[in-house]
Amino acid sequence: MVTQDARKMDSGFAAWLRRDLLLAYRRRGEVASPIVFFIMVSTLIPLGLTPEAAQLAKVAAGMIWIMALLATLLSVDGLFASDYQDGSLEQMLITPQLLPLPILGKVTAHWLTTGLPLTLVSPLLGLMMSLPNAGYLPLLCSLALGTACLSLVGAVGAALTVSLRKGGLLLSLLVMPLYMPVIIFGTATVSYAVDGVNWLPPLAILGAMFAASVALCPMAAAGALRVTASN
Amino acid sequence: MSRLSNWLPTNWQWFNRLGSPRWFYHRSERWLPWLSLAALLVLATGLVWGLAFAPEDAKQGNSFRIIYIHVPAAFLAQSGYFIMAIAGAIGLIWKMKISYMVMKAAAPIGAALTFIALFTGAVWGKPTWGAYWVWDARITSMLILLFLYAGVMALQYAYHSVDAASKASAILALVGTVNIPIINKSVDWWYTLHQPATIKLTSAPSMHMDMFMPLLVMIVGFYLFYAVALILHTRNEILRRERKTSWVRELATAKARG
Repeated sequence: MVTQDARKMDSGFAAWLRRDLLLAYRRRGEVASPIVFFIMVSTLIPLGLTPEAAQLAKVAAGMIWIMALLATLLSVDGLFASDYQDGSLEQMLITPQLLPLPILGKVTAHWLTTGLPLTLVSPLLGLMMSLPNAGYLPLLCSLALGTACLSLVGAVGAALTVSLRKGGLLLSLLVMPLYMPVIIFGTATVSYAVDGVNWLPPLAILGAMFAASVALCPMAAAGALRVTASN
Repeated sequence: MSRLSNWLPTNWQWFNRLGSPRWFYHRSERWLPWLSLAALLVLATGLVWGLAFAPEDAKQGNSFRIIYIHVPAAFLAQSGYFIMAIAGAIGLIWKMKISYMVMKAAAPIGAALTFIALFTGAVWGKPTWGAYWVWDARITSMLILLFLYAGVMALQYAYHSVDAASKASAILALVGTVNIPIINKSVDWWYTLHQPATIKLTSAPSMHMDMFMPLLVMIVGFYLFYAVALILHTRNEILRRERKTSWVRELATAKARG
């Protein structure tokens, strides 16, 4: 996969990013399912609550965020699963590169194939749920940063449960408390904008969470993988 | 074991000795009766003082007295999480088996205390606020803490290999520890955004000294109770994990022979 040069060693980030994007492209149907889930379940909200535009507008921001969180939660389970099953995860563990960097590559690929499409589809859902005009840009920005945080934190949970058979349900239980601050500030960004207040402060806090996650989550996931994947 | 020089921490021997499950098992047998007695006495004093002798609250009457169980339980629930996480960290760093056993023992105790805090809070809430449950900042944080505990416990039982289970739970407990201040601050901030105007909470810090003293006693009593429960659970865990060793077998057969 990565040819080692005696003088300079690749970090593995780009190689794993490219690999995962290629694999995702070959399994386009599978990768599209979180987005389809996102759109379909968002149709359930008016059916379950009310079709009135005024009422929907009040819950639109929160509901879209909740659906995005659930869609990410469903997809993060497969982050390490197929690699664990065919043995390439073990190859990742024994390569000389620092383990957090390939993990960051995989998580980036996951975000590009899940979080980014969710973010791009969200204005459409905002339209369907009568989101006020002021909310669209904040929704895009908060979802872009927020889904990145969700992918990163989800990677830690996926690493902890990769070798378990019924790991998916346990994964949801593990990462749900860690997702709560992200959703609090994500929805706050949009509701501030809808209320006419400056929406940059909660977005800045989301940015801080993103920075902390990028720095810490790959290391935590690496530690977890060393424990769980080598058994 | 009885010479004073064996107890002086002039070297790190005492630390490593603490790491032996068998040594801890025999030592804790001597501590338990005294600790249990102390816990019982302090709890009894606190309960009687708080429930019977502390003055009645001006606004709430006698229903505030549940504070003497609610607040110490909440205290210990939060401290218990940190105890569990530190035990996990010690296990990861120094690779001491007994530290992992303490971490595993601390999880259900902490979760039970969190539940007690939430339950007594709900019981308190009905006469004072008119509702069993409100999405208050502290209550929501306690609920999230319960989920964090549940996650650590679930991860422990999901793995067959004891080693993997311990290390994975330790990592999760540490990740949770980093997140607890973030979660608390987020929920606090979230609540001040959405605070309903009709709910008024009695603020604990402005308590009268006569009400506060039994609360302190109860907190100390709960800490002692936690120590007793933790030691009992850890002893159980030691026996379970070390059941194939000769000293445990001797213990079991000696007990059977009476």
